[in-house]
Amino acid sequence: MEYVNPEGLRLDGRRPMEMRQLRAEIGVVSRADGSASFEMGNTKVIAAVYGPREVQNRSQQMNDQALVRCEYSMANFSTGDRRRKTKGDRRSTEISLVIRQTMEACILTHLMPRSQIDIYVQVLQADGGTRSACINAATLALADAGIPMRDLVTSCSAGYLNSTPLLDLNYLEDSAGGADVTVGILPKLDKVTLLQMDAKLPMDIFENVMQLAVEGCKAVESHIREILLENAQTLVIRQGYGS
Amino acid sequence: MEQRLGNTWRMTVNEKKFIESALESELRVDGRRPFDYRALTIKFGREDGSSEVQLGQTHIMSFVTSQLVQPYRDRPNEGTLSVFTEFSPMADPSFEAGRPSESAVELGRIIDRGLRESRAVDTESLCVVAGKWVWSIRIDLHILDNGGNLVDAANIAALAALLTFRRPECTLGGDDGQEVTLHPPEVREPLPLIVHHLPIAVTFAFIGDEHMVIDPTHHEEAVMGGRMSVTLNANGDVCAIQKAGGHGVMQSVVMQCLRIASVKAGDITSKIKTVVESYKTDRALRMVKRHAPINAVDVNESGGKAKQILEGQKLKSEECSVSQSDDMDVEQGRINKRTDKNRSFTGGPSSWDPYSEGVNTDELKATLASRGSVAVPMNLDNLGDTIRDETKSDEPLSDVNPVSSSTDSAGKEMATSKEKTLQDAVKPKNKRKKKKSSNTAAV
Repeated sequence: MEYVNPEGLRLDGRRPMEMRQLRAEIGVVSRADGSASFEMGNTKVIAAVYGPREVQNRSQQMNDQALVRCEYSMANFSTGDRRRKTKGDRRSTEISLVIRQTMEACILTHLMPRSQIDIYVQVLQADGGTRSACINAATLALADAGIPMRDLVTSCSAGYLNSTPLLDLNYLEDSAGGADVTVGILPKLDKVTLLQMDAKLPMDIFENVMQLAVEGCKAVESHIREILLENAQTLVIRQGYGS
Repeated sequence: MEQRLGNTWRMTVNEKKFIESALESELRVDGRRPFDYRALTIKFGREDGSSEVQLGQTHIMSFVTSQLVQPYRDRPNEGTLSVFTEFSPMADPSFEAGRPSESAVELGRIIDRGLRESRAVDTESLCVVAGKWVWSIRIDLHILDNGGNLVDAANIAALAALLTFRRPECTLGGDDGQEVTLHPPEVREPLPLIVHHLPIAVTFAFIGDEHMVIDPTHHEEAVMGGRMSVTLNANGDVCAIQKAGGHGVMQSVVMQCLRIASVKAGDITSKIKTVVESYKTDRALRMVKRHAPINAVDVNESGGKAKQILEGQKLKSEECSVSQSDDMDVEQGRINKRTDKNRSFTGGPSSWDPYSEGVNTDELKATLASRGSVAVPMNLDNLGDTIRDETKSDEPLSDVNPVSSSTDSAGKEMATSKEKTLQDAVKPKNKRKKKKSSNTAAV
């Protein structure tokens, strides 16, 4: 199948190095300490953060750092074929683990010993790149909850189809069987914290694809920063009216 | 959703500091340099498709099995490949019985991604009837001892098992050409899988801010801030990468890791290939033996089987409280062993005989005579007269021999039971049991 046509356009009309439209909103779950929804094109996820709070299971308490927990789930209506997914399937267990470890790397856990931070992410619409969208949403939600972080972790995927590196794959491109590289970076430190890849790629091409994904992460980061600034401004204005 | 903290073995601060400060001078606690691999040994089981890998302290067993199943609807002409991991609770204090933990799931997914998404195993050749029957290959990984770096060891175990696995051959028949006939391995040689390339996992641990080691032990895993598993093949293609969070690393470091890993992958690939080659030649030699003179094989196999049966029936013979019979069982076992050994010598039977001291020579002659008679099933009944207990071992022989019919063996059973009347009259229960066992053997 042709994923990049001779004019250099992809199936959904993007250029190879073009991202999907990003939309983000902060404070979508009123009961949560921090929450955000994040959209990358048709992929839409929602994240809620509770904590830092008391550790529920005392045996898990750590005296030198906070306990971070994460639960990833996909809504039954999020995919095209609507089948009921069991809660603890292997894919979501793995993604939960990946998101947890990625967020743990950026949260300053040593500032909140003997406490627990819960991150819940739910996929509302899945159109490729759910993993990246979840991490971006979780970052926003953590920032909204006011949890101290080293940096804003951002994530983006890139692939390689029709011998062209493509940024931010959608579902059709993702399931084409080509390589799929998901990268999560700490943009200020310029370090890679999350890196997942499957299918087969020669090493030099892999380097290019990873570089492209990193560029994508940086673009996401500037967008997230804008959203957070905007949110902070509205909060300041509201406070000004309140007083 | 969290199991990692229940019984996790936690390291003392001193130990952690020791590992970190030793790394400052490029030393590791087990004496390796940062980019040295631990010793790797690969062993194979007697059956095809099983392997046992030892990487330092880490010990993993792998079994590959196959089954005919319906294919997935979206891929009607492709077989399936699935990886299952079992973390035995004896391998590590933090492993718990029951549901697979997060790390077990992650391990399975990494192996699975490396093998499946890179199309290492040709799944299209596993199709029997498109949309109806395909082979499903299942890899079971059992962690027996966790000495760190389970990913690499499990990956090697899975590959070794896949390379030696053989699935039974099947053909299509029937009116519509849709009927599948499976051929047992004795009739047609089972087929090996088609493996295009070997994706080798190489794991790096990031300790402290700038230290990086390859193949971490479980001590180093307790200290590390992040881990990266890179799966590549010998051609330098990257098949999978897993770095699930943890300490961030520079992009240049990632590429450096990839280059180091590709060298290691080459070494490991050649190691696996040589081991598998030697296994295959061994297997071929075994096959030659199996096809050699039928008599010899019959004796060997039936001898082994008889031994098993004897062990099973030892209880019974004890019930009979015939002290002699028990002794004879043991003696016969010894003789079996010896004859097996002799068979492997080409220059005739060896005269060296450490066991003959305690053996009654008359009995020995008798048993040896019965051994010779195996090839001639007609003599079986006469033998029943010579030695009472010998019949026990003869029962399974009759089922090994395809010529003897069920009625034959039943008749023989009658004869033997007649012989045993003296003892068996005391315990009729025993007799009934024996009847049953002989029936099942005949069927």
